[in-house]
Amino acid sequence: MLEVQNLIKTFDGERQKRRSRKQVSGNGEAPRVFAVNDVSFKVEPGELFTLLGPSGCGKSTTLRSIAGLEQPDAGVVSVGGNVLFAAGGTQKRVNVPANKRGLGMVFQSYAIWPHMSVFENVAFPLRVRPRRQRPGKREITERVERVLETMELLQYAERHATKLSGGQQQRLALARAIVIEPSLLLLDEPLSNLDAKLRESLRFELKRLQRELGITSIYVTHDQIEALSLSSSIAVMRAGEVVQLGKPRAIYENPSSKFVAEFIGTSNFLDGTVASRDGDRHVVETRDGRLALDSGAHVTPGTEVVVSIRPEAVMLSTDHPAGAENVWEGNVTTRAFLGDAVDHVVTVGKHEIRARCLPHISHAPGTTVYLDMQPGKLSLVPVD
Amino acid sequence: MTTATPTRPAPPAPSVDPAPWDVPRWRRFIPTPKFLTLGVVALVIAYLAIVPLYYLFWGTFFDESGFTFSGFERAYGNHQIFSLVGNSLWFAVGAAAVSLVIGTALAYLNVRTDVPFKALFFAASIIPLVIPGILYTIAWILLGSPDIGLINHYLEPVFGRAVIDVFSVWGMIWVEGLQLSPIVFLLMVASFRSMDPSLEESALMSGASRWTVFRKVTVPLARPAIVAAILIMVVRSLESFEVPALLGLQNGTYVFTSRIYFVLRDYPPDLSAAGALAIGLLVIAIIGVVISNFAGRASKNYQTVTGKGFRPRPMELGKWRPVAGVLIVGYFLLTVIAPLLVLLYTSLLKFYAPPSKDTLKSMTLDNYRALAHTADAITALKNSLILGLSSATLVMAFMAIAAWIVVRSKIRGRKVLDGLAFLPLVVPGLVMGLALSFVYLRSPIPIYGTLFILLISYCTRYLPYGMRYSVTSMQQISNELEESALVNGASWWQTFRRVLLPLLMPGLIAGWIYILVVSFRELSSSILLYSPGNEVLSILIFEQFENGQFTVLSALGVVMVLTLVVLVTVAYKLGAKVGLKQD
Repeated sequence: MLEVQNLIKTFDGERQKRRSRKQVSGNGEAPRVFAVNDVSFKVEPGELFTLLGPSGCGKSTTLRSIAGLEQPDAGVVSVGGNVLFAAGGTQKRVNVPANKRGLGMVFQSYAIWPHMSVFENVAFPLRVRPRRQRPGKREITERVERVLETMELLQYAERHATKLSGGQQQRLALARAIVIEPSLLLLDEPLSNLDAKLRESLRFELKRLQRELGITSIYVTHDQIEALSLSSSIAVMRAGEVVQLGKPRAIYENPSSKFVAEFIGTSNFLDGTVASRDGDRHVVETRDGRLALDSGAHVTPGTEVVVSIRPEAVMLSTDHPAGAENVWEGNVTTRAFLGDAVDHVVTVGKHEIRARCLPHISHAPGTTVYLDMQPGKLSLVPVD
Repeated sequence: MTTATPTRPAPPAPSVDPAPWDVPRWRRFIPTPKFLTLGVVALVIAYLAIVPLYYLFWGTFFDESGFTFSGFERAYGNHQIFSLVGNSLWFAVGAAAVSLVIGTALAYLNVRTDVPFKALFFAASIIPLVIPGILYTIAWILLGSPDIGLINHYLEPVFGRAVIDVFSVWGMIWVEGLQLSPIVFLLMVASFRSMDPSLEESALMSGASRWTVFRKVTVPLARPAIVAAILIMVVRSLESFEVPALLGLQNGTYVFTSRIYFVLRDYPPDLSAAGALAIGLLVIAIIGVVISNFAGRASKNYQTVTGKGFRPRPMELGKWRPVAGVLIVGYFLLTVIAPLLVLLYTSLLKFYAPPSKDTLKSMTLDNYRALAHTADAITALKNSLILGLSSATLVMAFMAIAAWIVVRSKIRGRKVLDGLAFLPLVVPGLVMGLALSFVYLRSPIPIYGTLFILLISYCTRYLPYGMRYSVTSMQQISNELEESALVNGASWWQTFRRVLLPLLMPGLIAGWIYILVVSFRELSSSILLYSPGNEVLSILIFEQFENGQFTVLSALGVVMVLTLVVLVTVAYKLGAKVGLKQD
């Protein structure tokens, strides 16, 4: 459906300056020059694909390059086989202007035109079509009303757009984006302007709509929970590059780097050396003891690695658990009650390990506890 | 970076059937409507801003024999030059000081205290902005002239003859200062409103007295605005023409502007000497503007604008509240009501005389009747209307697009365009008039002596205001509103017309009204460019003043003020309709 290849975009206006500095800096580490550096991915029809990363990672620039609002320096963007943008190298330069791409987009601020009514906002994309492709008046009314009905906004059609509540504005922005039935829907942090409660309910709403309408969507967010709960695939970005691409569960359970593990959820990191390997089973020697874990990475013994342990993978008990493989002994330092969970920080040797327990498990600071870490829930991450 | 790409795997070939956007090569060289629009706007601005100055310099430094300084020698080569520069600076600094004290005090009282009659007060503070300068000056002649001034007439029994003399440097400073004070008022109101009141409150809580808080906290925080106001006012007074011409020429107090006018009135006019004086004035004005920009930049780290909307809690004046009320009513009476009343009174008389039983009995509308039958007056009113409406409309239309170039586009050189549109602001009106006559006296196009040259002059002079108004409102429109229109398939022109223009409208209308008002009062460039039979209202009033026709002039002045009031009211009403509907 959507294919992005080798997309490159340098920072605006800094190309000249940066380039000269790069020459001066000689053989040292190249300074960060790119807003987007060599980003490639493919999105299948009907997918909800998420670009996830901290602010400044280039996710918005990538999205805006797909929309045609930014001009990349090089790369190819094609939707459904039509090349929308191509530049760099020997290829013929193509750059379809944003208003000819026929995509739908929901902006972070919703960008609802305050001088138009709800109806007029949604009708706008149909009304500005070139004369030959423009639907008739009656068809415009029908289509707008149909979309407004889907979004449960029909009763507000004549209302001034600025008079809507936050959630309604969000649905209006979505209605406007899908009224032309775009082949691709772009969503730029569409939920970040809402309060936490509303955000949660709209998240499910968005997922339902996307699935019902079957629109291929690109979703940009810095919120890992949004990304995990909504997406069919996620591309985690950092400093202009895609660092990991995959299904939400795979990324959460097997982060490919410390950055991903840290950015998506929280994690404990333990440095160590692989002592032995048998099939998927690795044994890692850390400063405070051995850990057995299963990983498809197949690291050769002797390699230095980092073990990533999710807090919820650590089970605490005051009795030594029988038959468990990785059991360490430690001392509870702090405890925090979160409502649906209890966080503990446990000191083991020189390490502090965070453990998240069910609300009925609670150990007072000072208690000696046993940490049980199942080999299947630990993952290996390369040393940075 | 591009050198690295060839090593990458080749991308898939573009789709076989040609997409609608796949325009043939030759079509790419035909400019798009967007390109044409932007290009025309940029060229017109550049032409208006640069050409007059170029010809001014050329006409000053070159005569038949080539490069010469003779104009400068004639202009500056006498001992009067010291008194000229001295008077100019004395007048400018004095007027700036008067306007600063009045404007700042009014602004502080209005924004920060619980002073009574706030609405009236606000109106009174900005009304002098609407009264044309020439009328305001003449009104003050009627009030403060040693011979016929009403104030002197009433004070004579107590203090003796001619207590105040408006035909002096002090008189000039007073009248100019009053005229400028609304501008200071508006600048300072903005500054006080944006100041976080908790800064003052915390000083109060630490035990400082009101007065100490004002001196040690309020004034230092407002200092950037104060410095900017001083410099702007000094430059404005240097460029002022009405006050020095009407009040200064009588007793031979020359400043730059009146001197230029005087030199040009001789026959034959010494254009290159006038040009030399104009360049001198231009240089001083530029220095002022540069310093004020510099001061403005240096004060950036002083900014107290938090971006949060807060409603400053007004300070209670306590027992001083009635005193402040009386002072404000007095100020209003003296600076707004008295000048307007004296014009109205004079306009109803056959011969000018101080009010008495006889004069009040003999009041008549004859002057207004005479006006209605004077072809000159009707033509002047028509000309002023044509010029005001068309220059306001043209400037705002062009500047809306120019603002898009400056704020939104990534076109190289957009900052240059911004600078060019700012340039006419430093050119005094008289200098602009002189420069334009340099251009069009030589031009083969027969523009000189028509209304069209006045239109060019007005459009040039008001470019900067138009630019400020449209740039400010353009900056307030979120980028995403425009981008979402683009993504939704609107062309550039559709986006501009259907999304940006409606949102810009309130700002554009505000600018339009401002230009309309200032073009009605424009005198300093018109006076060098008009031709007999083609007068505008302000010129006609100037002519009648020189002929001593005070009564007819006052009638014309009343008509002028009423016209302005009607125009502004109608424009506001219309503006409210097209603006954003708030409910």
